[in-house]
Amino acid sequence: MRLHLKYFASLREALGEGGPVDWSPSGDASAAALRAWLRAQSPAHAQALAPGRAVRVAVDQSLADESALLRDGAEVAFFPPVTGG
Amino acid sequence: MPGVRVRIQEADFDVGAELHALQGQRTDIGAVASFVGCVRGHTREDDVSALTLEHYPGMTERAIEAMIVEAEARFGVQQALVIHRVGRLLPGQHIVLVAVATSHRRDAFQACEFLMDYLKTHAPFWKKETTPQGERWVDARVADDEALARWGLASANAVHAGDAQGDAP
Repeated sequence: MRLHLKYFASLREALGEGGPVDWSPSGDASAAALRAWLRAQSPAHAQALAPGRAVRVAVDQSLADESALLRDGAEVAFFPPVTGG
Repeated sequence: MPGVRVRIQEADFDVGAELHALQGQRTDIGAVASFVGCVRGHTREDDVSALTLEHYPGMTERAIEAMIVEAEARFGVQQALVIHRVGRLLPGQHIVLVAVATSHRRDAFQACEFLMDYLKTHAPFWKKETTPQGERWVDARVADDEALARWGLASANAVHAGDAQGDAP
C-alpha cells in the first residue's frame, strides 16, 4: 500500500519531513507494524522510532492508537508528545 | 456565527480587538473569559532567550476545532476563538489566546480552562527552547495530562513508552 509519512519536531530533525512510501505489510497493517518496518530502514530510523521512545501517531490527521489499521493512501504522522499552549 | 475560530499564525494578536470582535453585536452574551499564554524567559534550569514553535498544519486546526465543539456541548459556549502563534518567539511575547463567550461566568471560566487543558495535551504543537546550553525540545508534562483528567478525559501525552525499560532520556 502507498502511505504518506510525516515527521515532526525531533523526529523531523532526525528523519526529514517524510513523504510517500510503498509498504507491503506481512501481517496486520497497523501503525505499530509500520513503525517496526520503518525502524529497519536506517540506523537513524532505528534510533528515532525505537520501542522505548515516546512516539505518538496520527492517522489522517487524527491522533490514533498504534493498533490502528492503516488503509491505502493514508497520511501517517509520527511525532513526540505535544508541548503547545 | 463567524467561520474561522482557530487561527495559527506567526504574527502577534491584539487581545482587546479580538475580545471586542468575539462579543460583536450580540446582547445574549453575559461573560467573556480569556487566557493569554506568554513566553517565559526562565525555566527551573536555564535562561530561555527564545522559543521556536512548530505545528502540524491541517491537523492542528482540525484538532482545536473539535475541542471547541466539545466545549460548546459541555459549557454552552456561544462564541470561541483560539489563536496560537508559531515560529520564533521571544520572552514576554504572546504564544496563545483562548477566548470564550457564554451566558454566565462560571461556564466561561470553565470553558476557557478546559480548552487550554485540552490544547496542551492534544493539539500538535512542539516547543524548542534556546538556552545558553543550546537548543532543546521541551518535554511534555504529566501534570498537563492530570489537568485534562479532571474533566473526565483520559490523557497519556506525557507518558513515556520506555519508562518501564529504563530508556527515558
